[in-house]
Amino acid sequence: MLIFTCPCCGERADETELSPGGEAHIERQSVESSDEAFEGYLFIRENPRGVHFERWRHAYGCGKWFNAARCTVTLEVFGTYPAQTMRPPQDLLDHISQRRPGWTWRDLA
Amino acid sequence: MSELTVTRLTDRGMISLRGDLSDDALRSACTGLSGGDFPEAGHAIVSGDKGLLWMSPDEVLILLPQEEVGQALETLGSALAGSHHLAVDVSDARALFRLEGSGLRDTLQKLTPADLSPATFGPGRIRRTRLAQVAAALWMPGEGQVDLVCFRSVADYVQRLLEVAAEGGPVGFHPA
Ligand SMILES: [Zn+2]
Repeated sequence: MLIFTCPCCGERADETELSPGGEAHIERQSVESSDEAFEGYLFIRENPRGVHFERWRHAYGCGKWFNAARCTVTLEVFGTYPAQTMRPPQDLLDHISQRRPGWTWRDLA
Repeated sequence: MSELTVTRLTDRGMISLRGDLSDDALRSACTGLSGGDFPEAGHAIVSGDKGLLWMSPDEVLILLPQEEVGQALETLGSALAGSHHLAVDVSDARALFRLEGSGLRDTLQKLTPADLSPATFGPGRIRRTRLAQVAAALWMPGEGQVDLVCFRSVADYVQRLLEVAAEGGPVGFHPA
């Protein structure tokens, strides 16, 4: 069972109080974009064994979106952070490095 | 037999207000209606049939007697004129239940994954969560009492959920 602390309202929410929103930090592409960029935006997703960054919505609570970092193997939650950012906060990245030395995810490490 | 009663309260007015909760005009308009303080995140300040429930970073639910809703909406409208907000009478769109008696926490804990231990849930707090399959918001007007709101369309479902959960009595998970 996953328990995330919603950064918007501060509640500790169970997985069943949340809606999953897929991978975090997907950059929107539009009419000017290359075919390759569009393919990446629409279809190319990470499927890691380990550290992962995801979007979740506190559907049965405050209703807000947030981002979360967790381990897909152990379900350890490294942290949650606001959705209004293109990159996870540095203290969260440092914490993940402590817990999973040598981890990588897309261009993060 | 559990000594827990489930009552549906039908005379309560409810106004859903969305806007900037840090705005002084919004806060004083709300406290003017409720007669109490403005709640912090995750909190409910309720006294009698009036109160303010913090629902999300941009939403409060105002509780007041149903006959005062019309006037309250006008008061809010003029107090917040020109600032981005939404005030809606949701009295008929929500159902309000009161649970009283012993084994309250145990009974509700059968239906929700929210932590209902006294350390995180007590008088003054509000917890939006789910009861079995539907959304609800729970708060304690006082010890031995829980009020909750759900969508009216699922009111019968919630009433039976609560009654069935109460039937089995406490299970000894939370202190009575
Ligand atoms: Zn939340």
